Amino acid sequence: MIIELPATSSAAVARALVDLREQYGAVALGRVLTLVVLADGADVEQAITAANHASHEHPLRVIVVRRSDVDDERRHGHADRPHLDAQVRLGGDAGASEVVLLSAAATLTDDVSSLVTPLLLPDAPIVAWWAGEAGAHPVETTIGAMAHRRITDAASCHAPLVAIRDRAESYRAGDGDLTWARLTLWRAALAGAMDVVASRGDVPGVSVVEVHGSSSSASVDLLGAWLAWALRTSALVRRVPGHGVSAVRIGFDDGTDLVLERAAEAEVAQLSVPDQPTRPVALAPRSDADCLAEELRRLEPDEVYGEVLVRGLPRVIGG
Amino acid sequence: MTAANPLRDRRDKRLPRIAGPCGLIIFGVTGDLSRKKLMPAVYDLANRGLLPPSFALVGFARRDWEHQDFAAEVHDAVREHARTPFRESTWAQLAAGFRFVPGELTNPDDFHRLAETVAELDDRQGTGGNHAFYLSIPPRLFAPVAHGLETSGLADPSRPEAWRRVVIEKPFGHDLESAQELNDAIERVFPPESVFRIDHYLGKETVQNLLALRFANQLFEPVWNNHYVDHVQITMAEDIGIGSRAGYYDGIGAARDVVQNHLLQLLALVAMEEPVSFDARSLRTEKEKVLQAVRIGGHIDEASARGRYTAGWQGGEQVRAYLEEEGIPADSTTETYAALRLEVDTRRWAGVPFYLRAGKRLGRRVTEVAVVFRRAPHLPFDATDTSELGQNALVVRVQPDEGVTIRFGSKVPGTAMEVRDVTMDFGYGHAFTQDSPEAYERLILDVLLGDPPLFPHQREVELGWQVLDPVLEHWATSGPPPSYAPGTWGPQESDDMLARDGRTWRRP
Repeated sequence: MIIELPATSSAAVARALVDLREQYGAVALGRVLTLVVLADGADVEQAITAANHASHEHPLRVIVVRRSDVDDERRHGHADRPHLDAQVRLGGDAGASEVVLLSAAATLTDDVSSLVTPLLLPDAPIVAWWAGEAGAHPVETTIGAMAHRRITDAASCHAPLVAIRDRAESYRAGDGDLTWARLTLWRAALAGAMDVVASRGDVPGVSVVEVHGSSSSASVDLLGAWLAWALRTSALVRRVPGHGVSAVRIGFDDGTDLVLERAAEAEVAQLSVPDQPTRPVALAPRSDADCLAEELRRLEPDEVYGEVLVRGLPRVIGG
Repeated sequence: MTAANPLRDRRDKRLPRIAGPCGLIIFGVTGDLSRKKLMPAVYDLANRGLLPPSFALVGFARRDWEHQDFAAEVHDAVREHARTPFRESTWAQLAAGFRFVPGELTNPDDFHRLAETVAELDDRQGTGGNHAFYLSIPPRLFAPVAHGLETSGLADPSRPEAWRRVVIEKPFGHDLESAQELNDAIERVFPPESVFRIDHYLGKETVQNLLALRFANQLFEPVWNNHYVDHVQITMAEDIGIGSRAGYYDGIGAARDVVQNHLLQLLALVAMEEPVSFDARSLRTEKEKVLQAVRIGGHIDEASARGRYTAGWQGGEQVRAYLEEEGIPADSTTETYAALRLEVDTRRWAGVPFYLRAGKRLGRRVTEVAVVFRRAPHLPFDATDTSELGQNALVVRVQPDEGVTIRFGSKVPGTAMEVRDVTMDFGYGHAFTQDSPEAYERLILDVLLGDPPLFPHQREVELGWQVLDPVLEHWATSGPPPSYAPGTWGPQESDDMLARDGRTWRRP
């Protein structure tokens, strides 16, 4: 069900949500968090789809704040009089969530917190998600300061490698980036492989860490940063054609190697651990929705991400 | 011994606990449980990335199968019953570790062939000498299998750092004596800490949530005692009959099938004191303490009820009586419904009866724990104002529709002062994921990780039988059980048992 509320106010939208709950039953029961999505243009529907998918794991209220462009305003003859348009989606159009889409001109969306405050769920944590560009200092925006968690996505910025370094620069507890969540399966496979090495006695010293991956992928740098941070060494990044991470090599002092490689577009990687046959490991690329759901799973600051970003990233060579 | 892994950080909660290199060997692999629960759970674990790349699954059964026939069988089971979507890449990786060994559970030679397969897996698949044996077979076969595992050397880890574990399923015996015999057969070969008893109820999220509800909150524990609680009702109702399980069910009955294990475990979790920590040993200590304090509340005739379903119409379907089910002898005295009135002799629970009931062909499928509170000592209203006010209750719904309901009185809108019961509801599915893992996934992973908090210990099993044995002996000498119509909530005797205390069963 989609309800349009043209030229309205946040308070009126909040009243509409209460009315809808009375008419159609327990619409807003059991919501665990409010997700405020900041998106523009084509990102909007994509972001809503991802949020709806994540809502099956975390019932949430989604508030999307979209900056309507100037042309759009002109066409409707409102350019001189900024106003707020809202749309409420419920039921089948909103997954297990309820979606409020707020569109307004830049003058209104500059202060997002005043727009969304009447619509936040009482007591429930607030997560802000910049689905596209996030600017250099998300935490310094009004919504960034208000949110318990701030999720950015370096990969959807026009210069991902710059964006991830901006994140390191402005890092505050509570920040998160989908680039990190995209690495979880890689990290799990590597940690699992290292379990095997550790099960035979002390892990030998590490002489070299190499990460191969695309020149536009911030995940490559972040994976190198994690390994450099955890193994107390530096990590060498090699740029190769393709998407994302394609290989990781950890060389030990005793001359043995731990290698995890995935061909482009493949769902299976090859893992070789010292003294064990090389074998396939399922390592399918993850969707944004999966990454978002993972990001929402814990609402406390991700300390490991923070340390990797702040301490690990400077140890990446060739990034 | 395992050294520290520099890639694992205690604070890094995104990384899943992945089992180390290991193999799972299933005896009775052609059975229903294996096809419907175990194989899908193994696939789901692999799909969630929780199994090591070197994982191996070995089937052992009396079938003339090659490895690929077995793989095809698992494939079908996974396709039909797995919870997560089927992915060719996961499947290909998993299937590389499949082996099948045809054999008799009672033939030692076949175990030697199994040992060869296991050794080959250590070599080629890299299972590292770590193996869990899942005995999905009738208990009378435990002894020969344990013997076979012992003589073939399979029970002993091939290297000092490797492990061997054995997993067994209920029923853990049919009385105290047989439970001890079974245990002796297993523990003669495997040390107690390597024996994992699966009670799949304990793997359910809601059951674990009972502990969170009680011990993570300040709200409930202060009233969780005989000052405020009037009585507790624990219900496990099934709407189905025994189906094709006649061979298993007849002679066992509702009390042995579920009361002895699931219901008493639920009772232990509701009634136990706070453990000093949540490690396996502390939890077990508290559960054992409270189970020791459980006794039948009164004369057996008055503190127990049993029943057997008759033929009739249930929800638009005509169903057969228990005695008409296939494979049930005409002189069977097995009960399909059991209810008990128990008391817990502790300072916290003295005077609070715990009513347990379990049965088949009841009104609907539901498992729940209801803590029913006393009435307020004084009601400053006219009697007519509160005529519709019942007792406050806190209900933990274990399945289906997992969640917690609180019932309390509220004013009916209007000019008159009238108080009526309302409910406040928390649904697991509303507040958390639809994606919660099957109990078997959790439990199999815990076995492979060697993490025992959710597995009952032999001592708990024996304490359960100590409670139940006198009742079972009494019933054995009292002829056939009374009947109840299908689709109802059990025999009149059960309602009478509560009526004697001035109480009634909740309609769940």
